[in-house]
Amino acid sequence: MKPHVRPAKTTPRQLSWGARIVVLVPYLWLVLFFLLPFAIVLKISFSQTAIAQPPYTPVFDPAAGWEGIKTFFGALSSDNYALIASDPLYFFSYLKSMEIAAVSTVLLMLIGFPMAYGMARAPSRWQPVLFMLVMLPFWTSFLIRVYAWINILQHDGLLNQLLLALRLVEAPPAWLASDTAVYIGMVYSYLPFMVLPLYATLEKMDETLIEAAADLGAPRWKAFWLVTLPLSMPGIIAGALLCFIPIVGEFVIPDLLGGSRSIMIGQTVWTEFFLNKDWPVACAVAVVLLCVLLAPILVYQRMQTRDLAGSA
Amino acid sequence: MDNRTAASAGERAAQANGTPEQATGTPALVQLEGVSKRFANIVAVDRVSLTIREGEFFALLGPSGCGKTTLLRLLAGFETPDSGRILLDGKDIAAVPAYRRPVNMMFQSYALFPHLSVESNVAFGLRQDRRPKSEIARRVAQMLALVQLEGHAKRKPHQLSGGQRQRVALARALAKHPRVLLLDEPLAALDKKLRGETQFELMNLQDKLRLTFVVVTHDQQEAMTMADRMGVMKEGGLAQVGTPAQIYEQPNSRWVADFIGEINLIEGHVVDATASNGLAITSIAAGRLRVLGERNAVSSGDRVWVALRPEKVRISRERPPVTDENCAAGQVYGIGYLGDLSIYKVRLDSGLLMKAALANMTRLIERPIGWDDRVWLHWPADAALVLTD
Repeated sequence: MKPHVRPAKTTPRQLSWGARIVVLVPYLWLVLFFLLPFAIVLKISFSQTAIAQPPYTPVFDPAAGWEGIKTFFGALSSDNYALIASDPLYFFSYLKSMEIAAVSTVLLMLIGFPMAYGMARAPSRWQPVLFMLVMLPFWTSFLIRVYAWINILQHDGLLNQLLLALRLVEAPPAWLASDTAVYIGMVYSYLPFMVLPLYATLEKMDETLIEAAADLGAPRWKAFWLVTLPLSMPGIIAGALLCFIPIVGEFVIPDLLGGSRSIMIGQTVWTEFFLNKDWPVACAVAVVLLCVLLAPILVYQRMQTRDLAGSA
Repeated sequence: MDNRTAASAGERAAQANGTPEQATGTPALVQLEGVSKRFANIVAVDRVSLTIREGEFFALLGPSGCGKTTLLRLLAGFETPDSGRILLDGKDIAAVPAYRRPVNMMFQSYALFPHLSVESNVAFGLRQDRRPKSEIARRVAQMLALVQLEGHAKRKPHQLSGGQRQRVALARALAKHPRVLLLDEPLAALDKKLRGETQFELMNLQDKLRLTFVVVTHDQQEAMTMADRMGVMKEGGLAQVGTPAQIYEQPNSRWVADFIGEINLIEGHVVDATASNGLAITSIAAGRLRVLGERNAVSSGDRVWVALRPEKVRISRERPPVTDENCAAGQVYGIGYLGDLSIYKVRLDSGLLMKAALANMTRLIERPIGWDDRVWLHWPADAALVLTD
């Protein structure tokens, strides 16, 4: 019997039905769970606050037909954005978030790079164990881990007890409700997000490239600077974005460890939503934040496509 | 000239170097004196003593795992010897780190920096030396011209073919004009045709630049084509050092004879070690044998092996005129047709399997000797070699 051979009829331009569905599902997912909620947030950001249910106007009334659509769009305004622009509170809140995110990302890089490098250079039988250890914190709730840090950092907490016991300090310093505590929390929580992409790139790197650099006259530090660092750029960028973007919008860590003095943008959104009950302003703050964060994401995307085009 | 003070180097190394070496008159450049290197429980390099002369094309040949790459890495400075000395220009370089050695290496994987252009790859070493910009540019252009890659200076390594990458790696290693260029399996990644061409390119290049090349290879044809001298390595030690012709025609042991090319080995005993017409040997497998040539220190009654290359064995269907010496009858057991040659496997009446190679001088499809034919193998007295080890 002759085996039945089906000619391959799919080319990259002509997708088969199966392939189309496979591509379509994630797009549907994104439209449904990202684009749609965002459209709602965007709409609310152009609304006015109201003592009603829902607490804003206008509300789109499909029963009113064409006239309804016209009044709906007529009632939208950019007042909330004008408020954000005029009140320096928001500006400083954004600035503070950026500052904390930037400093945290640099700290994460300084701590995460040696860790990832060590992991990648460790004997291969140790690597799964080290990998596991980095992942281990995920096995406990994030919130519990942050509360644990409150315990460690509080006035008579573990850290102060240790410092006093070692006679490094005379009186217990106040850690909580400070930027230091926020940085400790950020670095601790986001470390795996920095280490894992760095590890992924460093682990792939060919060790003989370092030898080649040495052979051509570069001492260790120079070989690192000229070869290791440029080649780990994709991991550095991925790790930085994976940490920077969520840290900018982080709410729990600054709220629990930072106290009232550090007002990050996440806290501002929360305040507008739950204390001021001003959904439109909260939404506008969120939309502005998204636009600010879109810039680094787009930069990253461009670099990725350039890399893909380069290696093709 | 050969100031080998290798009293501590061990008998084995001394023996390995005991084969006659061609005196070329150039001074010794690299000297290894009883160098050993072990990794955990494995002795990678075992008391190797070796002298490589200025301007020489030296090949290290051996099966995989014989320590030839480790030896190369010891020269490059990526490994430090556990014992012994490595001298370059008469100076011990044990304490000199890889980045300060006037030695460059071409890696088997080429190890081109993927983020740098061809030009920057070649310039890398020169930049480490902080040479003036104009000099670097000139030298890079010169190197790229040398390997015929002038038009590819701005390309990245991944935009090049395998052969082009190989040439970039070569240009990069040559750019600093090293005292010794180390090449680790330089042609292994190329296809057969390109490999053949590149062998001759490398030889021309070495000749033109008057550099010292040390190449590691597992391909004996490659080593024999390119090298002025070669060292055959076995289990971390040097089994034999000599010119390709010396190694092929005068192997010092059965192992070397068997490793380099094809060989027939006939075990026997010396009958007469003093006869003027050659060494008389008796064997169970092939009767009486006579070997003419430089004779190893053997005396009557010693057990020896007569080594005979297949191309030196004549095969015929007719009975040769003299059959009482260096002659054996048998039956064709197999024929390997290689195009240029045919290899005949013949089972002698004694049961020993011997190989004879015959050049295919005519374009006949049907060869005069076929399977199961009754044939005679015979050879002149100066075709064979006596081995004791």
